[in-house]
Amino acid sequence: MSGGKHAGGGRGETAMVPEADFESYYGRPIIKAPVWKTPDVPLYLFLGGLSGASAVLAEGAALTGRPGLEKVARLTASGGAMAGTVFLIHDLGRPERFLNMLRVLKPTSALSVGTYILSGFASLSGGAAALEVTGWFPRLKRLLGLGAAATGPALATYTAALIANTAVPIWHEGHRELPFVFAGSGASAAGGTGLLLAPARDAGPAARMALAGGTIELVASEMMERRLGMLAEPYHRGRAGRLMTASKRLTVLGHVLNLLGLRWPWLRRLAGVSYLAGSATLRFGIFDAGLDSSNDPKYTVVPQKERAARRKQTLGSTSA
Amino acid sequence: MTFSPESLFGRLEDVQSDAGYDEHPPRMGFFTDTSICIGCKACEVACKEWNMVPDDGFMLTGMSYDNTQGLGASTWRHVAFIEKPVDVPVPEGSGPTASTGTDLGMPTVGVPQVGDQEAPSGEGGIRWLMSSDVCKHCTHAGCLDNCPTGALFRTEFGTVVVQPDVCNGCGYCVPSCPYGVIDVRHEDGDGRAWKCTMCYDRLKVGETPMCAKACPTESIQFGELTELRERAQARVEELHEQGVEVARLYGADPGDGVGGDGAFFLLLDEPEVYGLPPDPVVTTRDLGSIWKHVGAAAVGLVALGVASFVGGRR
Repeated sequence: MSGGKHAGGGRGETAMVPEADFESYYGRPIIKAPVWKTPDVPLYLFLGGLSGASAVLAEGAALTGRPGLEKVARLTASGGAMAGTVFLIHDLGRPERFLNMLRVLKPTSALSVGTYILSGFASLSGGAAALEVTGWFPRLKRLLGLGAAATGPALATYTAALIANTAVPIWHEGHRELPFVFAGSGASAAGGTGLLLAPARDAGPAARMALAGGTIELVASEMMERRLGMLAEPYHRGRAGRLMTASKRLTVLGHVLNLLGLRWPWLRRLAGVSYLAGSATLRFGIFDAGLDSSNDPKYTVVPQKERAARRKQTLGSTSA
Repeated sequence: MTFSPESLFGRLEDVQSDAGYDEHPPRMGFFTDTSICIGCKACEVACKEWNMVPDDGFMLTGMSYDNTQGLGASTWRHVAFIEKPVDVPVPEGSGPTASTGTDLGMPTVGVPQVGDQEAPSGEGGIRWLMSSDVCKHCTHAGCLDNCPTGALFRTEFGTVVVQPDVCNGCGYCVPSCPYGVIDVRHEDGDGRAWKCTMCYDRLKVGETPMCAKACPTESIQFGELTELRERAQARVEELHEQGVEVARLYGADPGDGVGGDGAFFLLLDEPEVYGLPPDPVVTTRDLGSIWKHVGAAAVGLVALGVASFVGGRR
């Protein structure tokens, strides 16, 4: 028996707003959930943020003469991009056809644009890292590093366009804040890596980057969840809800340890771990929430019905 | 090829020339009139046979007579069966004892009327709706615009088709479709994306797509989209005159969120009852806004980086 009214959602957790009645076809989802694999794609989102922001950190370190931080950041930028590429290719149904991504450049496809950003960034940051390790051609290293720092922010944030430009309600309707969440989260992870691995005397900028990035991540996610209203429910329930809560706690813990690190520098290493874990769990949480948001027809039907009703009302009032 | 905001959202008169065809045949489409669908599934079978689509599992879902559940990589036509309880007012003095004649519950001919299906007990009845769903071949197709390889393309008939020899199985088209049509097929072991081609091979030689050819009631009508829209308008008006107020067209308006569907429907209930989104909007409507916010965030990240090095020597 179908088609009846479903009290939507109802998966045990407290609803933010009164349950909306809606109809569906046997409760089946309307849109299809992303078929991207876990952990491949959430890790790719995380590594893009980490490596993109690390390239910025590396260039800043080079400019201000902090070789310890520069080395860590350059290797993180390049390593993250390479690992991200591996995850991206592994996620394809036909990995041997990865190069088909480069047979066209489609400005309408965030994945197409992103593949070029990733290819460019991986080459630049990889070159800079190789020269960092070998110590050859220091000026070329700086040039490549500058290129990586210029493309890094695009790599860290384009992934927000990638997931927002879909029919997944919780991602699409969050498209104004998601890029800032990702930028903040990337900076938090890059700063965290610097805190964890760079020599303590160089760690100041990494500490500030993590502090600012983590705060932006927290504030932008909060703003996003508020504006989404009922659509944000998947961020507060099930696995996605647990991951989002864990992410927030880890980032706040990172802040606390980071600030205590001013007094006890060894705590900064722990702060670094906490920031990295917070940034990674955020991507897994956002990814899981997207699946939940796709699989529950409520999030497709209810907002669309409301939109259609509003339009009808405006049309009615203008024709009257 | 011209690139304009109309390519992504809004009314678009000539979808083929927007896609780069200088000369092209008229835009072809499907009009699926669900008011005369009998749920025979000939369309599902004919589609599978012609396109050599693999089976999609032999299971019983318990969802009325629907065991294919929805459109997918291996289900390019899907017949929905909706059993919807209706509250039928019990007429005065009627009831089990007052029922006249012997109703064997045999199907009758004519337009479905709510009262026809009243249960003998008088407790209200079941309304049965059937509808053959298919890819909408949108004017603004999210799957096509998001495909990073160009495997999905716009044909000269204005339809949207996947080239299996180009698709690399990235899966981006899947959540890009506001109708949940296209899907990847894991059974092949490679996860490439598949969906209805509106029988592109048959269209090329002037033939009707198999589903429309096989449909015994002409519930599935194939033809030039402009003509189909006129025919559908006439049909919905005819039904309204007959008192079937619930009849409405779905996807026929070129001003809707996807610029109108190449395959549209006449429905007898709200779209979501059939598993269709009530007010689909192509995701690329917000593409400009999305990139603007990404750009601002990227610039912000550079600024954050600079700020991290300003002030403090530690």
